[in-house]
Amino acid sequence: MSPDPAKAQDTAPQQESARPHLSPARVLDIDPLLDDPKTRIVVCCGSGGVGKTTTAAALGLRAAERGRKVVVLTIDPARRLAQSMGIDSLDNVPRRVKGTDGGGELHAMMLDMKRTFDEVVEAHADPERAAAILANPFYQSLSAGFAGTQEYMAMEKLGQLRARDEWDLIVVDTPPSRSALDFLDAPKRLGSFLDGRLIRLLTAPAKLGGRAGMAFLNVGMSMMTGTLGKLLGGQLLKDVQTFVAAMDTTFGGFRTRADATYKLLQAPGTAFLVVAAPERDALREAAYFVERLAEEDMPLVGLVLNRVHGSGAGRLSAEGALAAAENLDEPRIVDQGGGKAGLRNSPDTYGSSEPPASATPAPDDGSPAATDDGSPAADPERSVDQLTAGLLRLHADRMQLLSREQRTRDRFTARHPEVAVVEVPALPGDVHDLTGLRDIGHRLAAGRTELS
Amino acid sequence: MSRLQVVSGKGGTGKTTVAAALALALATEGKRTLLVEVEGRQGIAQLFETEALPYEERKIAVAPGGGEVYALAIDPELALLDYLQMFYKLGGAGRALKKLGAIDFATTVAPGLRDVLLTGKACEAVRRKDKSGRFAYDYVVMDAPPTGRITRFLNVNDEVAGLAKIGPIHNQAQAVMRVLKSPETAVHLVTLLEEMPVQETADGIAELHAARLPVGRVIVNMVRPEVLDPAELELVRTVPRSSVARALSAAGLGGARRGGNAERLVDPLLEQAAEYAERYALEQEQRAVLGELGLPLDELPLLAEGMDLAGLYELATELREQGMS
Repeated sequence: MSPDPAKAQDTAPQQESARPHLSPARVLDIDPLLDDPKTRIVVCCGSGGVGKTTTAAALGLRAAERGRKVVVLTIDPARRLAQSMGIDSLDNVPRRVKGTDGGGELHAMMLDMKRTFDEVVEAHADPERAAAILANPFYQSLSAGFAGTQEYMAMEKLGQLRARDEWDLIVVDTPPSRSALDFLDAPKRLGSFLDGRLIRLLTAPAKLGGRAGMAFLNVGMSMMTGTLGKLLGGQLLKDVQTFVAAMDTTFGGFRTRADATYKLLQAPGTAFLVVAAPERDALREAAYFVERLAEEDMPLVGLVLNRVHGSGAGRLSAEGALAAAENLDEPRIVDQGGGKAGLRNSPDTYGSSEPPASATPAPDDGSPAATDDGSPAADPERSVDQLTAGLLRLHADRMQLLSREQRTRDRFTARHPEVAVVEVPALPGDVHDLTGLRDIGHRLAAGRTELS
Repeated sequence: MSRLQVVSGKGGTGKTTVAAALALALATEGKRTLLVEVEGRQGIAQLFETEALPYEERKIAVAPGGGEVYALAIDPELALLDYLQMFYKLGGAGRALKKLGAIDFATTVAPGLRDVLLTGKACEAVRRKDKSGRFAYDYVVMDAPPTGRITRFLNVNDEVAGLAKIGPIHNQAQAVMRVLKSPETAVHLVTLLEEMPVQETADGIAELHAARLPVGRVIVNMVRPEVLDPAELELVRTVPRSSVARALSAAGLGGARRGGNAERLVDPLLEQAAEYAERYALEQEQRAVLGELGLPLDELPLLAEGMDLAGLYELATELREQGMS
């Protein structure tokens, strides 16, 4: 026995829109953030697959069209998006994006990790030494993509862009790390490694003139290099030592730069946006991120919640929709067999605000096909019934999704009520051009009015 | 059936979930599987709703029919200390190395070494036998790094052999590559029916092929159920609003006349159907792209209630039915 749809509907909240209201007091207002000349860097962070890159690009476009001179640093954009912005050629320098409106400018670039690393080396070593480093197999492997290198280079590039001072706003996308926290940790880790005790140890013999220098080392140290030699193979150790010796002059630079970038992230002109989708894992990661940013004194401005679903028919609950769909599934002949006072005739028996049933064309009357041969496919009204049942099931799915998203968000809000949130409605397809980005930007900014 | 099953996929496609479901599916009927995590995310523990996994193989689930799933979160530092202890009896010196940052160096920054340690541990579990000569695990399932990094991760030979031309690390890399490039291994890629993951899957397969790594299957995850069929989608575009209103009214949802409860539902419902139609078309496009890859395709449904332990068993059953185990 199916539940009475009328009853189910009566118990549903009587609001016109089903966009669920967020409980936190603060809603993130994007435009003042983008317009404020004091905002110099916006960092979009969050776990993979939540639309970080798209959010970064949309924010950049919106800021540019509102008059600012913006550069967007993306890490791994979708191919078609990169193509449409004209940044698919990997030359590691910002390109002006054509086709933007308004008085500002949008520049964009895609990070080339290896090239950025090479640039750092070239900037810090004389040409001869730089060439030696770039040719070293250890360096090649390190720069071509080691866990942490991408994060480090993203921050390095950010530092470079900031130092050029050609843009008044830099929007950064962060690498698709295994954990959202990686990009905070990796630069420090690589920085401290390159400047660390081990490196100094490995450098020592080379500095002192190769093997002769070993005599000056104490037993512990020679045991150490001996062990490493055994483990890694003599050739590798030699490569490391050569690399380290060649890099020696640049180490100070590495550490200083890592520290400078870190401080830049804490500076007042920097705004962190945590990006997430209303899914359990993404929001859990977002919550960790919020906590971590607080620990590091990094200025969080809010949470961008992408892909939030809504419904224009929110007053019809999932249960109500399913019960109604079930009614439509029954071929009419069954209803008629059960008498005309059956459930299907209920419109005139419920809802006092409704017009009298007589004013409604009564669908049960004179539908010959349904009573004729019982072949539903041949009957246009029957197929409309089936379609309508499908529409109702689709709606039930939507309402269930809505309440699941709401529960997930409530858990985040309970943990972090202080975080301002802006939500971006889900789109059916991917975004791959400026029009799509503009639309996202509009939705980002409109989150406020829709909610209040 | 390959004994080492590597599961990769773009971030956000649910590769950990698929790896766990596969481990369960392969364990069904008295088999024993080991589910290995290599990225230190503790995703397995979260999925199985247990406390964080230590660097130790422990049983985390029982499969239908008495099989067992063990899990291991490989920590590269501990794996390296293990390795030093095993080959050099370097317990104390290992700690000294750690203090100096050498372990951190080897596992974090030294190219490829971390990957050799991680894949090496998984391959060791594949080859391990008990006293009676039986394999300790019937299958080892690895929750591997994402598609963008999987080839480099598995192709440790190229990475490390170029650097360490001799020595134990070199030998270790060679031994690992023998397993990884053999039919003993299958690399599966998890994707969604969306443009970027599908593109990445196609790229990933090309890279794996180029590196001569054995590609297994493509698993399409979180597939939404078909609510409206193509004929109905066609009808959505032509159906008179008033007939939908009448049908809604007949279903007990209020008046069909202008302004009536049923009538006011028509537009939002048709709008949702239009969104569905757009997504459906995009999904069909991506399905076609995947079809051209020439690999076996499996589809796992989107679980309406979200992912939990019960859902994991449901997915495992699906994988069995689709012949993946």
